[in-house]
Amino acid sequence: MSQIFILADFAGDKCTKTTAELATAAARNASVTAIVLAAPGAGATLAASVKNGPIANVLVVESADFATHGVAAAADAIAQIIAQKSPSALLIASHAFGKEVAGRVAVATDSGIITDAVDVAADLTATQLVFGGSTTVHSKVAKGVSIITIRPNSIEADLSESSPSVENLALTISDTAKLATTTSSTPPVKGGRPELTEAQIVVSGGRGTNGDFAAVEGFADSLGAAVGASRAATDAGWYPHSHQVGQTGKTVSPQLYVACGISGAIQHRAGMQTSKTIAVVNKDPEAPIFDLADFGVVGDLFAVLPQATQGVSAQKS
Amino acid sequence: MKIAVCVKQVPDSWAEKKMVNGVLDRDGVDAVLNDLDEYAVEEALRIVEAHGGNEEGDANSVTIVSMGPERATEAIRKALSMGANDAILVSDAALAGSDALATSKILAEVIKNGGFDLVICGTESTDARMSVVPAMLAQRLGWAQLTFASSVSVDPAANSVSITRTTEAGVDAINAKFPAVVSVVEKINEPRYPSFKGIMAAKKKTIDSRDLAAVGVSAEPAWSLVADSAPRPPRAAGVKVTDEGNGGNDLVKFLAEKKFI
Repeated sequence: MSQIFILADFAGDKCTKTTAELATAAARNASVTAIVLAAPGAGATLAASVKNGPIANVLVVESADFATHGVAAAADAIAQIIAQKSPSALLIASHAFGKEVAGRVAVATDSGIITDAVDVAADLTATQLVFGGSTTVHSKVAKGVSIITIRPNSIEADLSESSPSVENLALTISDTAKLATTTSSTPPVKGGRPELTEAQIVVSGGRGTNGDFAAVEGFADSLGAAVGASRAATDAGWYPHSHQVGQTGKTVSPQLYVACGISGAIQHRAGMQTSKTIAVVNKDPEAPIFDLADFGVVGDLFAVLPQATQGVSAQKS
Repeated sequence: MKIAVCVKQVPDSWAEKKMVNGVLDRDGVDAVLNDLDEYAVEEALRIVEAHGGNEEGDANSVTIVSMGPERATEAIRKALSMGANDAILVSDAALAGSDALATSKILAEVIKNGGFDLVICGTESTDARMSVVPAMLAQRLGWAQLTFASSVSVDPAANSVSITRTTEAGVDAINAKFPAVVSVVEKINEPRYPSFKGIMAAKKKTIDSRDLAAVGVSAEPAWSLVADSAPRPPRAAGVKVTDEGNGGNDLVKFLAEKKFI
């Protein structure tokens, strides 16, 4: 059986569900090894948290360089692991860090790379949704190790617990991976809401909010949803840029996307049109966003959302 | 200080895009300078302007580096009209359909022989959206990587550059010595509009057009291959109701039916 390596994904010191998603895709035709990159002394704890999903082995590398030299150090370690262990593929989460690591590993190992896959078949054919989700593409790496980054939340994870064996590997990070130095790191400010790209439900507001996101946030909270915003809303300073959904912001693919007061310009649609179910609230019956809607309400979001928030709370209690 | 700014000509992000024979059909759509690269051009200009300028006789220069078809000169002229000094365009029929690995290889080859201190890129192109080329460039050149910068400061006397990296994983302060590869996110600045004077001046600026032989590399087979592509079927028309006092309840009913509550 061939071997596929995945890079275990952490938020702080917590293993994310994305790790199980990567393992689920990898296990379709291979034995799965999860790579854990840790600070000195932290490897055992991190490795112990990598247990959900079909994972046979955990490979732990400890180095102080991962915190100080970021992407370059991680890529250097992974390229060394690939050279030693020759897996058939490497799967990594498709976020800024994951894609950059994958890119550097591809160069270092002279391997092909596919980013933002939403699925990977047993024969390592990757499915991507390109041009804002309007086109489906199937492609395969033709050279070296198949390096594929997978969008969080795209693959239904097998979350059953495994008891992987743990191997510790000592590596020396190359000097060329230590040229940039991280002097301080601040984790993202966590509100009580789920992370935008990982959320099952996203409620977004746009120009129609007129700067007042209270109704949008209230409805989001009733559903346990993340809050998104259109570029019009973030450019106006009504909501932080980190919440922008669209071509120049985040791409989300939740089970449910609720667009409130968003007209649906191509740039916004590019960031959300692969959502499984889409609901729309907009005053303008001609707004192009209605073309995507499974359910649309033509009406004022300041009337519709509070009523809906109350309705959801009533159903839940 | 010599700064290279990598730019790409892309289909207008408002245009309908389609695949032909496994690659993006670039002929049928309007082509423009990648939006996100304008922030890189702007940041390069702000850096040189803060450290003595890039007029003739000044110690600094900004060179636009691009790979693409001959008509990419249109996008390059826009960057030149903003105030960059000159440009290098690698254009060769053998490069059509190049992926990020090929692109980064060509760009690295051009940059490593150009005597640059800094390379500045946008974080991604609005067509392929991989956002891996800056990291690949750093790896190929063996230079420091300072990417996803929401602010950049340069100390030419110390040959050093510092950035604030802003991603979903948080905010990091990163520094390095020259030479370095920097990518900038869109909130870093507000790109200037080219002035009339800038547009006129850009017409006289040099675009050094090179084919693969001039760069000194040969085209390689693709690292990855597209098996097939197809437009996704449009979403089936949904239900649309007008709020007459019950719109919120109608929405709740729909969400309950779909088991979201």
